[in-house]
Amino acid sequence: MRFTHFFFLLYILFFTSCKKEKLHLTKIEGSKIEITDSLKIDDEIEKYIAPFRNHIQKDLDSVLAYSVDTYSKTDGSLNTAIGNFMADAIYEETYPVFKKRTGKDIDLVLLNHGGIRSIISKGQIKLRTAYEIMPFENSIVVVALKGAQIDSLVNYLSKARRAHPISKLRLLLDEDFKVAEATIKGKPIYNDTTYYVCTNDFLYNGGDNMTFFKPNDSLYVLNYKIRNALIDHFKKVDTINPVIDDRFIQIN
Amino acid sequence: MKRREFIQKTVSGATALTIGGIGLQSFAELNSAKKITILHTNDVHSHIDAFGPEDGRNANKGGVSRRASLVENIRKENPNTLLLDAGDIFQGTPYFNYYGGELEFKLMSKLKYDAATIGNHDFDNGIDGLFAQLPHAQFEFISSNYDFSNTIMHTHTKPYKIFKKDGIKIGVFGLGIKLTGLVDPMMYKETNYLDPVETSQEMTRILKDEEQCDLIICLSHLGYHYRNRPEKMSDLKLASRTKDIDLIIGGHTHTFLPKPTVVKNSENKNMLVNQVGCYGINLGKIDFYFDTQKNKAANGTSIIV
Repeated sequence: MRFTHFFFLLYILFFTSCKKEKLHLTKIEGSKIEITDSLKIDDEIEKYIAPFRNHIQKDLDSVLAYSVDTYSKTDGSLNTAIGNFMADAIYEETYPVFKKRTGKDIDLVLLNHGGIRSIISKGQIKLRTAYEIMPFENSIVVVALKGAQIDSLVNYLSKARRAHPISKLRLLLDEDFKVAEATIKGKPIYNDTTYYVCTNDFLYNGGDNMTFFKPNDSLYVLNYKIRNALIDHFKKVDTINPVIDDRFIQIN
Repeated sequence: MKRREFIQKTVSGATALTIGGIGLQSFAELNSAKKITILHTNDVHSHIDAFGPEDGRNANKGGVSRRASLVENIRKENPNTLLLDAGDIFQGTPYFNYYGGELEFKLMSKLKYDAATIGNHDFDNGIDGLFAQLPHAQFEFISSNYDFSNTIMHTHTKPYKIFKKDGIKIGVFGLGIKLTGLVDPMMYKETNYLDPVETSQEMTRILKDEEQCDLIICLSHLGYHYRNRPEKMSDLKLASRTKDIDLIIGGHTHTFLPKPTVVKNSENKNMLVNQVGCYGINLGKIDFYFDTQKNKAANGTSIIV
């Protein structure tokens, strides 16, 4: 009995005295380790990823259409073949969706030159191509704008002097880069008319300094990604052969 | 690497000597110097595969299966290791477009991540898209300043978590960036953003004063520093306006810091802010050494970066 008590006491004393020796943070060492090919590959992880990777690779390699030539956003001054293709494709794919949901017609499409992220190479257009041209998840929106605001949009384009992709809008600039003529679907722009402008959420929110989308009469969010519209278009057409045309030019 | 090994060996050698003098085996265990290793990533952005040899900027860098072997080796060396991520796990490669983040979470679980905070891109498939992938994550989501109570994420994140490693209490809390103007409100729905400084003060009060944590780590997706926008909240700003945080692990700005930044907090005490770029190109490693008062350096905690 006594012995047990003694050990018990010893035990308590021992641990309480130890606990008083509190630990303190004495030293911190920081370093950065680069993940390079000199590190061993974990085989189990690699095996786990393989089926996912193979599925994606096979899918991205699937051929959707054929391109007659190589198209780059740097070929052309105020309009480019690749930009015209994109704006027209977005119009064609979005028009029926918007019409079905709202009963209204899209009047024009405006995208941005910087949003074309890669070239389209001559030959097979694969699913991978769509991800290269449009790696971002931006979605299509339609904005209702009065004619007066379309003027701001047109002025923006004349000042930017860049080949921002457009469809159904025609814009002629004079030699001083002033707007000489602007039409939508071949008709003049009227101040009181409401136009339905198709663009993406990035530009709608002021991307590329496109501040003319706000305020507006209404916004229609279609939950339709730009990339998916392009993929749908590639699947529909057999061959693409876009050209630089006269939709946005300077007349001398 | 060699130099560090040498330092470690001398440290453990010295401790063994002191303990030998006392001559009590169990006492030795309680008093010996302890080491906690914090490993971290940020803004991995679905970069599961390493960059190819043709990549213009990051050729042959990154890759989850390499990170896995590295982490395993470090854990073997020191089992008292935490692996943390500072957000933007999602978006950046077709893995995300195809599987919505499923593989990212599954691999992080396989690598035994302990916790992550939420970045703005983790809302890219909407808050519902994030929620849908939660069953694949066997690690904790820690968010202290996103009030999710009116959203589907309610009860699926924790404001803080305390990890116990070798008797050391490590408190971790998480901060997200202001979502207005950055993420479509349709995506984050009724997620309510709370002030990071006020939230941190509340978190450190709980973790330091109430829970008596030995180490406090903030997982932040606020961004390292905004040179042209001084009004914007950042890790450096947060660090200088708060106390009791030992380490801020940052993200969002994809900042490749050559080494962790030593910052003076509101009490003029040194603490660390670190961020390791993006795309799983680097792994951050911070070792915290604990010892009895008598072994503490005269000038307080020594920081070697």
